[in-house]
Amino acid sequence: MEHKVAHDWRLRGQRYRLEGEVCEHCGNKIFPPRDICPECHQPAKKPYTLSGRGEVYSFSTLSSAPEGFEAYAPYTVALIKLAEGPMLTAQLTDVAPNEVTIGMPVEMVTRRIRTQGEDGVITYGYKFRPALVAHAQ
Amino acid sequence: MRDVAIIGVGQTPVGEHWTTSIRHLAFEAASHALRDANIDKVDAVYVGNMLSGEITGQSHLGALVVDFMALNGVEALRIESACASGAAALRVGYLAIASELADLVLVLGVEKMTDTSGRQTTAMLAMAADAEYEVSQGISFVALNALLMRRYMHEYGWQRQDFANFAINAHANGMHNPNAMFHMKISPEAYAQAAMIAEPVGLLDASPVCDGAAAVVLAPARYAHILSPAPVKIRASAVGTMPLAVHDRKDPLTLESARLSAQRAYKQADVQPGDIDFFEMHDAFSIMAALSLEASGFADKGQGVRLALDGDIMLQGRLPTGTMGGLKARGHPVGATGIYQIVESVLQLRGLAGPNQVGNAHLGMAQNIGGSGATVITHILEAMDE
Repeated sequence: MEHKVAHDWRLRGQRYRLEGEVCEHCGNKIFPPRDICPECHQPAKKPYTLSGRGEVYSFSTLSSAPEGFEAYAPYTVALIKLAEGPMLTAQLTDVAPNEVTIGMPVEMVTRRIRTQGEDGVITYGYKFRPALVAHAQ
Repeated sequence: MRDVAIIGVGQTPVGEHWTTSIRHLAFEAASHALRDANIDKVDAVYVGNMLSGEITGQSHLGALVVDFMALNGVEALRIESACASGAAALRVGYLAIASELADLVLVLGVEKMTDTSGRQTTAMLAMAADAEYEVSQGISFVALNALLMRRYMHEYGWQRQDFANFAINAHANGMHNPNAMFHMKISPEAYAQAAMIAEPVGLLDASPVCDGAAAVVLAPARYAHILSPAPVKIRASAVGTMPLAVHDRKDPLTLESARLSAQRAYKQADVQPGDIDFFEMHDAFSIMAALSLEASGFADKGQGVRLALDGDIMLQGRLPTGTMGGLKARGHPVGATGIYQIVESVLQLRGLAGPNQVGNAHLGMAQNIGGSGATVITHILEAMDE
């Protein structure tokens, strides 16, 4: 599916910096931002930037990619459990598929997500790589 | 509120219908259902469909279907809830009759998936996931199910081969369903050697892309015996939801939506899981089958695979599932699947399932899952004795 410029632009805070929210009522960290806390159902609009550290909850390597991502196959997608609590979906990078394990510490990096031909928009965003430094827990 | 019954069913074979357009698929299933119900007019038509606009360029199916059935003027709407669109349309038809706003309703599920390439269709199916935070990362539906299956194996210690009987059972049942897409038995070895699409999901864990249409006619239960020699009562109709994105779920390995939907259905019908004689489950992927069995109360958490391993899901087992091939072998024309499940349940309850007939089939349950589980719709059906 063709990607729209405005779509990428309005998500820049999330894609480049993992900008989420923190609930002022129960302290729950929220990503992506949704303005209401899924835990206590109170309004939650206070910005909070996540550290980008986490661990692999699950992963899979796609040999057959959906339209728009063919050029990148095979690539590994993962569910990342962030240190602050929220989980997100992202590609893994700088790691061979057979080296990935559940529980592996990872950290966020900014990478090219996809291009749309020579004249198209290049979309950047978060991917995760094996953590270079062991996380202080 | 009044009770609702099914008085007619119809279906087209599931497959790659290169020569048939979406309007003709819809017409074929709908006319079979009307003929089965022995009526030629209805008060309303509800069409379950997920992707007609994206794949065939044809949206606005409610009007299209009544136009091509020469029923112009009749109330008609298209209903979309991803892969649960079929059951969602049935839910709307059920509400229309239960609330006494309509007396005769045609509910149709139709999907035409083979007019685009496999990659394009895969990308369109992913529209049921979170566009901004899942699909944008290069995820596909196969990949989402692979993430769930790997974590499930990790947490509960299952091997990939432990899932084999889901596919083997579905294909064995599909053999005797003339409307199934696949008439091909598969062996444990074939399952083990199947090509990987997204590890640990292999080709034989995934339901096929295909075309098909199925339809049912609904009427008030109190008139059902006048209208039909073998009506089936809808004992329960219930929808449950949970977060759209897998990563936003508190426990991704619990289909909370299925649990809510099933519990609401059991309560409406005043039955227990043990009362269900057969289960038309949503085995779009092997892992979905396991999670659905657990959430619906047929297995403990992490033990859904056990029902396949032990043969409980076979026709002669404790809880026959996918009795006409399920999504894996009958096929999964997404927006039509929920209605195929109902048509097949009605055939079982009428005793017309041929070699696949479940003994003493009196109470059947069908569960249609949308997306990776964000919408789950459960119906419980019962044969109506005179």
